[in-house]
Amino acid sequence: MELPVISNSAPAEGGGCASSGCGTAPDALGHLPDHIRAKVQDHPCYSEEAHHYFARMHVAVAPACNIQCNYCNRKYDCSNESRPGVVSEVLTPKQAINKVLAVAAEIPQMTVLGIAGPGDPLANPARTFETFEELSNRAPDIKLCVSTNGLNLPMYVDRIAQHNIDHVTITINCVDPEVGAKIYPWIFWENKRIFGVEGARILIEQQQLGLQMLTDRGILVKVNSVLIPGINDEHLKEVSKIVKAKGAFLHNVMPLIAEAEHGTYYGIMGQAEPTPEMLQDLQDACAGDMAMMRHCRQCRADAVGLLGEDRGDEFTMDKIDVMEVDYEAAMVRRKVVHDEILEKLDAKRGIVKPKAEESGIPADARPVLMAVAGKNGVVAEHFGHAKEFLIYEASPAGARFMSHRKTELYCGGMDACGDGDVVDAGATESLLDRNIRILEGCEVVLCSKVGYEPWAKLEAAGIAPNGEHAMEPIEEAVMAVYKEIAATGKLSPSAEDRKVA
Amino acid sequence: MALQITESCVNCWACVDVCPNDAIFEDKPHFLIDDGKCTECLGDHSVPQCAAICPIEMAIVDELGEFLNPPGSLTGIPIEKLKEFGLWREAA
Repeated sequence: MELPVISNSAPAEGGGCASSGCGTAPDALGHLPDHIRAKVQDHPCYSEEAHHYFARMHVAVAPACNIQCNYCNRKYDCSNESRPGVVSEVLTPKQAINKVLAVAAEIPQMTVLGIAGPGDPLANPARTFETFEELSNRAPDIKLCVSTNGLNLPMYVDRIAQHNIDHVTITINCVDPEVGAKIYPWIFWENKRIFGVEGARILIEQQQLGLQMLTDRGILVKVNSVLIPGINDEHLKEVSKIVKAKGAFLHNVMPLIAEAEHGTYYGIMGQAEPTPEMLQDLQDACAGDMAMMRHCRQCRADAVGLLGEDRGDEFTMDKIDVMEVDYEAAMVRRKVVHDEILEKLDAKRGIVKPKAEESGIPADARPVLMAVAGKNGVVAEHFGHAKEFLIYEASPAGARFMSHRKTELYCGGMDACGDGDVVDAGATESLLDRNIRILEGCEVVLCSKVGYEPWAKLEAAGIAPNGEHAMEPIEEAVMAVYKEIAATGKLSPSAEDRKVA
Repeated sequence: MALQITESCVNCWACVDVCPNDAIFEDKPHFLIDDGKCTECLGDHSVPQCAAICPIEMAIVDELGEFLNPPGSLTGIPIEKLKEFGLWREAA
């Protein structure tokens, strides 16, 4: 057992969104009414701005599920993967409460406590609501959230409202039972397992009813959808329209994760994952006046800390058991920290972002996608060290954060899982190729340094490597490069050759 | 007459919550069924509830050792794929 000392160490290197720009205005939530913005301004999962400053945690008190999804494997216990559904330990409500109080005292930036599985929280109503009830009493300054597949949602909407949970996430992958049957093999409903189209039909009905009931009560609803190529890719545009019409305030389209070693139906059957470009195209198609979420990190069901920077290892039960928490004192400290961050955010919202107009870029110049190896808002990483690239669109309107694309291989496979990440020469090579592949659609990659080999490979792939803006703020660097491209005359809208020399 | 849980169980609690007889209890390395309490849901439900919600194939057997959810029955993964990935087992 490790020493029972509360650690203040910095989170592991990498991870986190490293850009100020996936933060600064205009936020994807900019169009929302003030009363909703006020509810989400310090919510890291909902606000692109807030996720750089505020932290969240999930407690894994809800292991049971009442449906099967083809992208899920119910063997959820894996310690070195970061994806929905995996946890290192399932907690009792009492353990969960102790963990929340300890984390909130230790990480005052923590504003949100979510219950998101590894099963379905509403298929575990006793454990889920016991945790919420106790926390709303003992830690009233923490926002409570719940994530659900929606099957049991209508029967628990009133309890959700009663527990002061003002944010709910429903995973809605389809509104057509025929599509649903390809995603959900079965559900457990009214004491029976129901397979195929009939099961999917019931699930969809309950999801839609639950969504309506929540928005009728003024509870904020985010809808998560998993993009599954060839199954629901086109269909998600329809889903987006419908959930928007019913009052969902945010739509989060996430890429399918389907590695064979995860042992899911899709993984074993070789179902393709979407490319980053497919995901972005779909997010753009769904956008309209509906807010699309672009900074989701598909985190673990027991994640702790800032998005992308999991500190779960500091808060295992053996460490928490010996922590002494004075939550009254912690609340005072938390309030001070939160106020300071909100003040800082307000100040940032006033900053005018670099615009192209005064810089000689034609108003009709076509937009260009650029990948940035960034950290803390500046171009800071070597190409080969980047664990994710931030994708920016440069246009005459300025630089806009579009998405992040992960480059990290989280799991070494069924046998290597948990054994550390030994990378041999062959695997290093394929990692480079993979990293170049995920940059598909980008014309430039900005990083602090690029080695000779990746430089040649990037150029061969039609992506211009650029290491000239090391340590500069990302938006400024992106716009500077955009201006350089404009000066070469390659941004005229009719240009057929979209490659940058 | 009682059902049993095998080592395939992943301790997800789903069966505990739906058992009408409180016959299922937490144990290491996996949950167990109390023979004295299990009625296979006769008189309460048309199908045994634990088997109807269990997400794991081969995790619940009857007194003859037959799987209530045989390999491939819940996920739809073909038998040859289950064998290829080491996920196939004969009856307990």
